[in-house]
Amino acid sequence: MTLDEFKSAAEALRADGPAQIAAAATIDAWTEARNHLVGRTSGRLSELMTALGTLPKEDRRDAGLLANAVKQELEALLDARHIELARAQQQGPAIDRTMPGRDTWQGTVHPVSLVIDEVVEIFRELGFTIALGPEAEHAWYNFGALNFPADHPAMDMHDTLYVDDLVLRTHTSPVQVRTLQQYPPPIRILAPGNVYRRDFFDPSHAPMFAQIEGLVVDEGITFADLKATLTRFANRFFGATKTRFRPSFFPFTEPSAEMDVQCGVCKGTGCPVCKQSGWVEILGSGMVHPAVLENAGLDSEKYTGWAFGMGPARTALARHGIPDIRILYDSDVRFLEQFAR
Amino acid sequence: MNVSHEWLKAFVPHALSAEQVRDVLTAHAATVEGFERLRADLASFVVARVVETEKVPDTKLSFNKVDDGSGTLLEVVCGAPNVTQGAVYPFARTGTMMPAGFKIEKKKIRGFTSNGMLCSARELGLGEDHEGILELTTDAAPGTPLLDVLPIGDVRLVLDVLPNRPDLLSHLGVAREVSAITGVAIRSVLDAMVPSAAEGAGGDDATPTRAAAGRPAGNVKIVSDPREAKSGGATVRLDDADGCPQYLGAVLRGITVGPSPSWLRERVEAAGVRSINNVVDATNVILHGLGQPMHAFDLRTLADQTVVIRRARAGEKMKTLDGVERVLTSDMTMIADAAKSVAVAGVMGGENSEVTDSTTDLLLEVAYFDPRRTRQTRRTLGLSTDASYRFERGVDPDGLLTAMQTAIALIITVAGGRVDGSVMSVGTGPAPHAPIALRPARVSQVLGAAVSRGDIVKYLQSVGFAVHLGGAADDAAGASLSVTAPSWRRDVSRDVDLIEEVARLHGYDRLPDTIEAYRPTTVPDHPLHVTGRRVRDALVAEGLAEVRPMPFVKGDDASHWRVTNPLAEDEPHLRRSVLESLASRAEYNLSRMTGDIRLFEVGSVFLGRESHAGAGSTGAAVDAASPRGAADTASPRGAADTASPRAGNGLCEEVRAGILIMGARHPRHFADGASPAIDAWDAKGLAERAARAAFPGLAIAVESADEPSLWSISAAGRVVGSVRRVSLDAPIWASAAFGIELTLGEMPLQYVATPGQSAHAGVTPAAKAPTAPVRYTALPTTPAADFDLALLVRDDLPASEVERVLRTSGGDMLETLELFDEFRGTGVPDGMRSLAWRLTFRHPERTLRDKEIEGRRSQLLKSLENQLGVKPRTT
Repeated sequence: MTLDEFKSAAEALRADGPAQIAAAATIDAWTEARNHLVGRTSGRLSELMTALGTLPKEDRRDAGLLANAVKQELEALLDARHIELARAQQQGPAIDRTMPGRDTWQGTVHPVSLVIDEVVEIFRELGFTIALGPEAEHAWYNFGALNFPADHPAMDMHDTLYVDDLVLRTHTSPVQVRTLQQYPPPIRILAPGNVYRRDFFDPSHAPMFAQIEGLVVDEGITFADLKATLTRFANRFFGATKTRFRPSFFPFTEPSAEMDVQCGVCKGTGCPVCKQSGWVEILGSGMVHPAVLENAGLDSEKYTGWAFGMGPARTALARHGIPDIRILYDSDVRFLEQFAR
Repeated sequence: MNVSHEWLKAFVPHALSAEQVRDVLTAHAATVEGFERLRADLASFVVARVVETEKVPDTKLSFNKVDDGSGTLLEVVCGAPNVTQGAVYPFARTGTMMPAGFKIEKKKIRGFTSNGMLCSARELGLGEDHEGILELTTDAAPGTPLLDVLPIGDVRLVLDVLPNRPDLLSHLGVAREVSAITGVAIRSVLDAMVPSAAEGAGGDDATPTRAAAGRPAGNVKIVSDPREAKSGGATVRLDDADGCPQYLGAVLRGITVGPSPSWLRERVEAAGVRSINNVVDATNVILHGLGQPMHAFDLRTLADQTVVIRRARAGEKMKTLDGVERVLTSDMTMIADAAKSVAVAGVMGGENSEVTDSTTDLLLEVAYFDPRRTRQTRRTLGLSTDASYRFERGVDPDGLLTAMQTAIALIITVAGGRVDGSVMSVGTGPAPHAPIALRPARVSQVLGAAVSRGDIVKYLQSVGFAVHLGGAADDAAGASLSVTAPSWRRDVSRDVDLIEEVARLHGYDRLPDTIEAYRPTTVPDHPLHVTGRRVRDALVAEGLAEVRPMPFVKGDDASHWRVTNPLAEDEPHLRRSVLESLASRAEYNLSRMTGDIRLFEVGSVFLGRESHAGAGSTGAAVDAASPRGAADTASPRGAADTASPRAGNGLCEEVRAGILIMGARHPRHFADGASPAIDAWDAKGLAERAARAAFPGLAIAVESADEPSLWSISAAGRVVGSVRRVSLDAPIWASAAFGIELTLGEMPLQYVATPGQSAHAGVTPAAKAPTAPVRYTALPTTPAADFDLALLVRDDLPASEVERVLRTSGGDMLETLELFDEFRGTGVPDGMRSLAWRLTFRHPERTLRDKEIEGRRSQLLKSLENQLGVKPRTT
């Protein structure tokens, strides 16, 4: 082989190589291309190197420099291509990006708990903490301490389930008395929990349901404070809305008041949701009856207070459009999944 | 309580619309929860004027042009003889539904088109008159709704009367409120209850005049005695003054029982009661008008014309008016004659003395029966009536005589007859109200509003309270008022009751609503609330759904607390495990073809039944036998834990987190194929994570446990829960279900303090011990070295034993120990498995040499062989 022949073979390799490298679409093809171009045993470069030895001595330096340059160029291209291919292989083939991502199971909070959480959140900002009490309760805490006269028609509002000498509490109000006995005023508490009534299970009644109790007791607590706090709560909970207070009766509050908010469906003009009244009943409330304070060992001249109770299940039914309270207890997974956030 | 708007106006001639009455009653007295227009069927009728009328020859018909206010004259054919040009009549446009149930349609009659109908009184359901159409005397423009011009559109207001206001269970009582609110004076009861001819409805022939009735009540005398009174040939004797503090009787003779005149019928029907006859209707009008239940006996059926108020004899029987034979008990008060019982006092009369069509002589009863006694009796008999409802809430003891006088006037008016003798009164009535001291300053203290002394007096007097104003010195603004409640208010006993009167009459909406600065509460968050929320958040993050099911279960008397009066006999017990509820909810889902179920609840369970049953050892046996395996293993209480707060009966309530998982581990994804089903390892891992959420900072251990549990869970060495398989009534396609239950804490039942006492002494807001913060560990600066050990381990040798040896023999430099494989099969002898661990070593200061690692490896293998007989698996 002459120097010219050597040079043209090297230039040919320099010319073909890049295209072959670029054409290698897989790691295997790349390996093949590398072996073909710069392979140690049978590659075209190794052929040139073998041929280099056959050249006249004076030509070898030039030829060697050229072969080396070609080798370096090709190896650089091969390396770059290998990185490209390896990266592409990591990424895998192009994906159909319309296909769904991998999911995990979604946990859900029960709709009644969602309401309780929201109420708790709002009252927390107003300085309330959370108190709890037993569901199987002494009759004294459930009735006597709360100023229910024995064998009085007020008891008809609380059809009671009994367990041995205990009652299943008919409201969360026993927590008022337990808290007042245990902690000195100032008291600002919220007591969420389950309560029981001897009501047959039908679309709007359940023998067990959740209730949220609130209690404030200190010196200087007034009906104005009750109105202001509960109105603020209603505005936060239902959005800016009108509220009204009307006379009511609970043995453990006096004066007692029912709080209504303007019907969100008809805006007060009357519709089936609010039974044409324009108002929806939200909670019962009132000034803590002095007898309750006295039953808990407090000075009813010094301390005054107010309390309220609301049923989050009714709110949950209304806000989610659930037609039957029993759905809340069925625990159908397909129902619960609707509350995934 | 059904209140007739018209009847109310007979008591108080106010100028409010029915809607306004509804609103003021709701704002100041009691909520009006129902509002019904009684003649809503006439709502679409209008007033129309006949502009032209022309006889159709040879017929009774006339052809008319009628102005109904629509702007176009309508052609209307009419068959009535009295059509008069220029007169106005009730008019039904085409499309109107008639009270008789047919619709007015456009019709062709003898070539004329008729577009509607001019109506007679009978066609409107207003009477029997159908001689002609009903000519109206009104200036109202054509097109005005008929109900606006005819006084027939009574409205029924349904009042929600709460137990503290029995006085509102009558029109008189509601009228007092309307009078107080509007300032319009209330008319005399007799005027309101017995209409005169002028105001009696619709010219009915039977409408009385007061003159005709001769105001009989005014002439009736009274004979009173604590025990026995006689008059008009009858005797009334009181043997049970506890059950009946006062009883009034009166004799009427020569009455004629028959249908009620229409005005009386309308009154009882407005109150929602069916008309029976003139005598019964009159007594019902007294009940709904004055709130005083009363009874009329047929005097001829009373032996010796005597009534005795006495206790029932034990086992005595009497058939009540509803035809049911009642068995009486000795604590019931009865009305009897000389021989037999004739009525259950305050509840219901007896069939044997019922007024019939042939009755001519009556003994009228008006009484004050003891509220508590009446309540007990009606509860024992399971018989609630309009009468018992009022007696058990307390009728007006000072209203008895008025009620009797009004009843006599009413009956003589509608049924004729005369009073024989005087009204007989026995008993002295309940104790009168004592005066209550009211300090004006206390009013402001409670209401947060300065209501003037003058306003307080005005409000209280407006609803019948007597305010005793002291002399000039006592009249100073701060001095107490002495206030006596009216006889009809049985609910008023202390000053706050008076403050409520002031508040409601002033108007809740007029009271201020300013928020004042407040002092922080002394009450810390209940720890179970904090724990419950933390567990809930963790489980929701794990993809579980919170549920709030009922705690009632089928259960078993030996292990479960039984509800004394359960709603459903198939689920009479309280659960002792949350898993009992979750299992039933899982079955509910399975029956609806949902198999991927991951539910949890934080809720109460009720324990201690087995110790109550006096068989401490039966607990475990019962639990093991329970079909759900609902053992009480989650309880942290040992048998020796006597400090546990318990009720007298031994019931112990715990708050627990229960978890039930089954079905696919992940939602299916196309790239993965079907997800494996949840297995015991999922349950074990979840149990550990849940326990960490419940007991942060405590060392959690999940350890093998005896059947039916798989594992028990402990926190800082105390058992707090368990993991187990849950057996369900499940279809064949369902996968295995696993249950986890953690006891978060006990809900103490014991009294905080003696009733009337507090336990504040010594209570300092508990400073919460801060949980030790996590300590930073320096990150390693030297490389780790690791190797794998595949070991042949006998099936009966727990992996934890192997790990123990690996740890103790691994030395200080053993950093982590990871079990990564379990294999049975080729190359592994029967009764054994291959377990493979990766061990990672690190020296804190230098790189470990290969030789050191190799040395460690052989040392470990030697220890395993020596201590456990475990050998490496050779390949």
